[in-house]
Amino acid sequence: MTDALIPDPNQTIDLGAEFEAAGLQPTLDELDATLVGLKPVKARIRQIAALLLVERVRERLGLSAGAPTLHMSFTGNPGTGKTTVALRMAEILHKLGYIRRNHLVSVTRDDLVGQYIGHTAPKTKEVLKRAMGGVLFIDEAYYLYRPENERDYGQEAIEILLQVMENQRDDLVVILAGYADRMETFFRSNPGFRSRVAHHIDFPDYEDGELLEISEKMLEAQNYRFTPAGRAAFADYITARKGQPHFSNARSIRNALDRARLRQANRHFENGAPVTLGALMEIDEADIRASRVFLEKLT
Amino acid sequence: MRITQGCFSFLPDLTDVQIAAQVQYCISQGWALGVEFTDDPHPRNTYWEMWGLPMFDLADAAGVVQEVNACRKAHGEKYIRINAFDNTHGWETVRMSFIVNRPATEAQLRLTRREGPGRNQIYAMDVRAS
Repeated sequence: MTDALIPDPNQTIDLGAEFEAAGLQPTLDELDATLVGLKPVKARIRQIAALLLVERVRERLGLSAGAPTLHMSFTGNPGTGKTTVALRMAEILHKLGYIRRNHLVSVTRDDLVGQYIGHTAPKTKEVLKRAMGGVLFIDEAYYLYRPENERDYGQEAIEILLQVMENQRDDLVVILAGYADRMETFFRSNPGFRSRVAHHIDFPDYEDGELLEISEKMLEAQNYRFTPAGRAAFADYITARKGQPHFSNARSIRNALDRARLRQANRHFENGAPVTLGALMEIDEADIRASRVFLEKLT
Repeated sequence: MRITQGCFSFLPDLTDVQIAAQVQYCISQGWALGVEFTDDPHPRNTYWEMWGLPMFDLADAAGVVQEVNACRKAHGEKYIRINAFDNTHGWETVRMSFIVNRPATEAQLRLTRREGPGRNQIYAMDVRAS
């Protein structure tokens, strides 16, 4: 041991410069710009990024505290952006150097659990091998555990997962996602999971205004736009749709827009007259007001 | 006698880090990786036992290293090699193959001569497991 290896406690480190060097700002900015709302989620991601950054500096100075546990659980209603954020997470963790590859393997119960005895372990291991070095995203993770069937093979997959989550923390980050209430049951019946998942992030539902903003972003990505009347009609649509069953946030919005595009195309087609480029880009009031959502409200 | 087969066999044995780096290179080339083992390292023995199926869609070497370690645990006293198969048209063959595990005492290869028809000398290589 030489003196040079003992860090000087008064030494100053420019965290800002470190942050700059990690090239993280563009990723976080993009996260802010492309994802509407989700304030608690963004705040949490910033916290995690900060922790990882500080951890990295500490490690370089010889103050390592072992690889931090990065396994996460994303809970929230359908269509609140869990998968989208998971993809970004892979990018952030990669930029910070906590995973070696910027890749995410998205699986569900079907990919992990086999159909007969002895089928599950190879299947789960196969998926884990594929995800090594990156992020394993388990969508609707609560399906892994089926308490009503005691011979269910899900338990076997869970055991293998837990083992890898514990022993190969520097090779793999696991993100579990699912609806809040069912994930709660899942964690309660698998206490091993809860203790191995360090970050529980809850995705809130979107406000009406945020949904409208999301819809405009979606249209923009597809080279469409609302007419002013169309925009007002869609705001009404969101309010009406929210009160109806099976509302799944951004996903419902996307479906509604797809149907509006369908009606817009049909409207121009039936019209027979030549259309302008502008008209082909615009979603008008009529395309939205024709929705089933408004019809049901009238009756 | 040190068995020399495949890449790197005249170099000192690769460390795990070096193995992972070589595997990562193979993955970056898009080759499929297989782990194989045998107790008969005769140069004409091309059919080694497969340790599981070849791995086609990995992104990181950790998965292969994990398989190598599992194979070492089960067959630590045998030869283990990694094969990298290139499936691109025109190649369709093993592009890289290297030994990652050897027994503590290596097998002995011995050249034997036999008398053939018309005093012809026939040579053969015998493997004697040590």
